[in-house]
Amino acid sequence: MGDRNTGWALVTGASRGIGAATALALAADGWPVRVNYREDETGARDVVARIEGAGGSAEARQGDVADPADVEALVEADDLGPVLVLVNNAGLRRDGLAPQLGDEEWARVIDVNLSGVFRATRAALPPMLRARFGRIVNVASVVGLRANAGQSNYAAAKAGTIGMTKTVAAEVARRGVTVNAVAPGFVETKLTEGVVDERVTAAIPARRAGRPEEVAACIRFLASPEASYVTGTTLTVDGGLSA
Amino acid sequence: MATAVTSEQVEKTIYDGLVELGTERGELSREASLESLDVDSLDLVELAQIVEEEFGVELRGDDVKDVKTVGEVIDLVVAKAG
Repeated sequence: MGDRNTGWALVTGASRGIGAATALALAADGWPVRVNYREDETGARDVVARIEGAGGSAEARQGDVADPADVEALVEADDLGPVLVLVNNAGLRRDGLAPQLGDEEWARVIDVNLSGVFRATRAALPPMLRARFGRIVNVASVVGLRANAGQSNYAAAKAGTIGMTKTVAAEVARRGVTVNAVAPGFVETKLTEGVVDERVTAAIPARRAGRPEEVAACIRFLASPEASYVTGTTLTVDGGLSA
Repeated sequence: MATAVTSEQVEKTIYDGLVELGTERGELSREASLESLDVDSLDLVELAQIVEEEFGVELRGDDVKDVKTVGEVIDLVVAKAG
């Protein structure tokens, strides 16, 4: 199995936004990074090039977290070791008020944003347990903590992720494996395109949307050896929105 | 995937696995209870991983929830591999 901290960091949904910024941050910390993408190969390759340009190492890995076989392949150990840092970031939105939200929109968001997190966590844990080291960081959302009309499916998935984070953290804490979540507020990404306007920023104490790098910095800390006694927690990164 | 696994082979793998997880080799016997050996639920998860790598036998949570002794673990793996 090699040295305790020899292995990969895997960031799901890392071709852009918070995932891309996180891949760059973890690479800067010395982790070789699996930059996962589902469709945006160009984006993922660009992230890999930026990491390599900065002296780091990374690989673009296609895979859909909604597909159990893809998840197994993404997490599989190789010559470099197992995945020891897992950032469950892949997610999507299918918004609509509850009376108008179809079963398909409900199920798709739960499948990717909640079940996808579970699948990757389940696959990544055994090698982490044996290594006596592991870091799982789940990208939740403030919408998992407080209301946001039009996102009942997204809210359910994100609140579920926060609950799962706590329970899995309790299960594996005694093996040096930590499981935490971050709960970003409004962050300027493709996911929030067209959402962040003046009315929204007026409601944020910081009076602006966040940048992906500001969320990535928190994930980087939670994934670091320094965060060894932080587990089961959700770190809100929202410019004071939910304060 | 798993063919003709003998009880002796499984015993060796389980014993080696338990030693790797911190159990004293001298305390190991088929009759020894997992509780007396301080083998906890996470140890069983790790042991299941070792068994799967060695014999291709998948042990799920449901399979091991009633297992009390080392011998029962061995028998379970042999039965599943058979």
